Amino acid sequence: MTDHRRINASKVGEVTVVKFVDKKIIDEASIQELGAELFGLVEQLNRRSILLDFADVEFLSSAALGKLITLDRKVKSAKGRLKMCNIRPEILEVFQITKLNKVFDIRAEESEAIAAFQ
Amino acid sequence: MAHGAAADPRPDPARGGWRREIDLPSERGASRLVMDELLEQLGLHGWEASDIFGIHLAVEEAIVNAIVHGNKLDPAKTVRVSCVVSPDLARIEITDAGSGFDPASVPDCTREERLEVPSGRGVMLMRSFMTRIEYNARGNSVLLERRRKPHEG
Repeated sequence: MTDHRRINASKVGEVTVVKFVDKKIIDEASIQELGAELFGLVEQLNRRSILLDFADVEFLSSAALGKLITLDRKVKSAKGRLKMCNIRPEILEVFQITKLNKVFDIRAEESEAIAAFQ
Repeated sequence: MAHGAAADPRPDPARGGWRREIDLPSERGASRLVMDELLEQLGLHGWEASDIFGIHLAVEEAIVNAIVHGNKLDPAKTVRVSCVVSPDLARIEITDAGSGFDPASVPDCTREERLEVPSGRGVMLMRSFMTRIEYNARGNSVLLERRRKPHEG
């Protein structure tokens, strides 16, 4: 078992489904920790199919966006796949404003996202 | 009318609403010293959750910029945050003690070649979520303003 403080990771088939512990991802120290845990999934645990489930996330800052971008790059360079789902409209708007919706593979729901890994 | 007050449709914050001025230490996470109260006041003044989200994000980004880039986390410097909240107006001014920066020098984070650069999105988010954003000439103070349409009926 890997000890995570900022995420809860479970497996659905081959897909690692990640849920976030914090409803509001703002605090700089927490974001650093979050980044390290997310990157560890790829770099230490060799996970190649990762789904980020934002169902519990109400707010995130641009520093958190930075971690998501870096994670996306790490997954891509490891020839893995990263998807995101259950993003509430306000956060989706943040992705649209910054055009990160073009970079990330965003799906409406978890079942749809998991099916897209097949 | 002698005073012609109706000529200016903007609400005058001096007439009421909530005001708060606070000096934040230049430490990561210091925004929470004013944010909880600001968000609560926006709710009390009838602002909707989606508006509050945008204001929260813009102010958070501005304060982080002031602490990290403006004051460079120097414990001898503070960040002044002045807030006015009324049912129609949210105005937050954030001033750091740094030498200032040129907001025009921030590259467009939505350009193809910069899409995957992990930083540099704060100012764009501030512009998107606020009605008005203005820097002073020195570039160490930003005024964030969001106006809400008057209530119908």
